[in-house]
Amino acid sequence: MAQLRDEHRSHDMGLHTEQLAGRTQQRFFDVTEEENFLYPEAFDVDFNRRETFDAADMSATEVNLKIRDLMSQGCGSIAVRNPMARHSMGVGILQRLNLTFEGSLGYFGVGLIDGPNVRVTGRVGWSCAENMMAGTVVVEKNAGSTFGAAIRGGDLVCKGDVGSRTGIDQKGGTIVVGGRTGAFSGFMMQRGRMVVLGGAGKNLGDSMYDGTIYVGGAIESLGVDAVPAEMTELDCAWLERKLGQYGLEAPDGVGNMTKIVAGKQLWNYDNLEPSEKKIVL
Amino acid sequence: MCGIAGIIHRGGAADVGSEMTAMLQSLKHRGPDSTGFAVYGEPNEDEYILRFKVAEQEDVARGYDIRRQVGERRAEVDRRLDELGVKVVEAEDATEYAYRYRIAYEGDMRKLADYVEDVASTEILSLGAGLELVKDLGDATTVSDRYSLKGFEGTHAIGHTRMATESDVDIRSAHPYWAYPYHDISVVHNGQLTNYWIMRRELERKDFRFMSNCDSELIAVYVADKLQAGMALEDAMRRSVDELDGVFTYLVATSDSLGMAKDDMAAKPMVLYESDDLVAMASEEVAIRQIVPQEIDTIDPYDREVRVWRS
Repeated sequence: MAQLRDEHRSHDMGLHTEQLAGRTQQRFFDVTEEENFLYPEAFDVDFNRRETFDAADMSATEVNLKIRDLMSQGCGSIAVRNPMARHSMGVGILQRLNLTFEGSLGYFGVGLIDGPNVRVTGRVGWSCAENMMAGTVVVEKNAGSTFGAAIRGGDLVCKGDVGSRTGIDQKGGTIVVGGRTGAFSGFMMQRGRMVVLGGAGKNLGDSMYDGTIYVGGAIESLGVDAVPAEMTELDCAWLERKLGQYGLEAPDGVGNMTKIVAGKQLWNYDNLEPSEKKIVL
Repeated sequence: MCGIAGIIHRGGAADVGSEMTAMLQSLKHRGPDSTGFAVYGEPNEDEYILRFKVAEQEDVARGYDIRRQVGERRAEVDRRLDELGVKVVEAEDATEYAYRYRIAYEGDMRKLADYVEDVASTEILSLGAGLELVKDLGDATTVSDRYSLKGFEGTHAIGHTRMATESDVDIRSAHPYWAYPYHDISVVHNGQLTNYWIMRRELERKDFRFMSNCDSELIAVYVADKLQAGMALEDAMRRSVDELDGVFTYLVATSDSLGMAKDDMAAKPMVLYESDDLVAMASEEVAIRQIVPQEIDTIDPYDREVRVWRS
C-alpha cells in the first residue's frame, strides 16, 4: 500500500513518464529520492521565497532570463505580471518552481519544461507546454491549437476551450480540457491520457497508437483506428481523482464519459527486445 | 507563414489606420516581404476612390528610363479615364509609381478596370466608395508612413504581412486583393490553395482577370464570382470552405462588413476578440494586444468556421 500511495502521489505531482517499448509501461519516480527531481545545474530554491516582476516592457528573452536569475537567488515562487500574450515565455525550466503568469501567453508558452508548477491566469496561444516532461501547467481560460504537443509527462490543464490537434503526438502525461477541443485531437497519440469534459471535433484520436482519451460531450467523429472502449471502475476512480485535483467535474459524471483507445490495427512494429528476437529467430 | 489581422468598430469610426499599422507591425516576424492595408472610411455616395500603380517599386529603383515610362503610363491612364467619361475630382501621388484618384463615374466597373489595366504595368489596387487599399514592400510602419495611413478614420480594416512562398516579392503579389470588378471588397489570406490552377482556369473562362500568380488572389476573384451570381457574402464564404482546397484562414471586408473563414483542417491560426463595440482578430493575440492592452478573453475559431460582422 505504501508503494501504491507513492505511485499515486507521483502521479498527482505529474512526476512520471512512460517508456516507449511497444506497450504501455510506466516508470514512477520515487518521490523520496531527491536526485530524481534535480538536473545537475538545477538551482536550490525555497518555495517560501516569493518574487513578482512586471514584464510589460520586457522581451520574452528578458523575462526568461529574469526567471532564471531569480531561481539562481533561491526564489522558488515567481509571479510574472503583464505577460501580454508574448511568445516563448517560461520555456526550458528544468526544476521545481512555482511560476504564475498573471495574464496570457502567446505561442510556445512554457515549452520544454521538466518539473515546475505553472499557473496561467489568462489564455495561452498555440503549442503550449510542447514537449513537457513533468510538472503541472494550469491555464484558467482558453488555449490555442496543438495544446500539449508531444508531451511526455506531467499534467497539462486548460479550464476553457482549446483549439485543434490537442495532444498531437502525445507520448505520456495527462492533458485535461475543461471545455471543448477541436478537430484532430489526439492525432498520433502514443501514450498518456487525455480528458475532455466538453465535446470533441472531428477525427478524434486519428492514427493513435496507444493511450486513452476520455470525452464528456459529443464526439463529432472518430479518426482512423480510434475505437470506443468500456469504462472501468479504475477509469472512473482515476478520473474522479484527477479532475478533483484541479477543481473540475464531468458534467454528466465520469461514469458517463466516453473512453476512446487505439484499435491497434495500424500497429506494424514488434514488441520484442533484441535479445528476444535472437531466441525467436 | 504570413500574418493577417482584422478590426471592425461597431457603431462608430476610429483611427483604424494607426490601429492596423500597430497590429501588423507586431506580426512582422510572420512575414517581412510586404505589407498591405485595406481600410474603410465613410463611404461617399457620389465618388469612388481609385488606387492604382503603373510600376513596381523595384522598377523605379532599377529600371532604365523608367521615370519617363511611368509618366507616359499615367498620362495614358488619364486619357483613358477621360475617354470613359470618368471625372477625376482629385489626383494625388501616393508614391512615384502609385496614385490615389477621387473619381465620379456611373458606368460599368469592369469596363473601367479592364481598360485602365490594359495600360502597360498598370494595376488597379482598389476601387471603392469607402475602401482605400495600399500595399507595398516593407514592414507595416514603413508602408503606413509611405502612404500616410496613420490617422485614417474608418469603421473597419484588414491587413496582411507577407512571407512570399508561392510567388514573387512584389506589389502585384502582395495582399490585400481587391475583388475585381466589385467595388469595396478586399481579401487577405494566410495559407496555400492546392487547387489554385484548376479554379483559376475555371474563373478565367468566365472572363475574370488575374494580375498575379499568387494563390490568394483566387479567393478575391472567387468571392467576386459568387457575388455576381447573386450569392450573399456569408453564403459565398461558406461555399468556399467546400470548394477551395488546401489550408487557409482568410478575411473578407466589404463596405460595411468583415468576415472570416477557416479551412476544413483549422490548419492556420486565428485568434478572435469580441466586445460590445469592437471585434478584432489576428494570426496571433499579440497583435490584438496592440490595440486592447488589458487582459481579454479570446478564442480560436474552429475548423470550417465562417463568421461575418457588420460595422
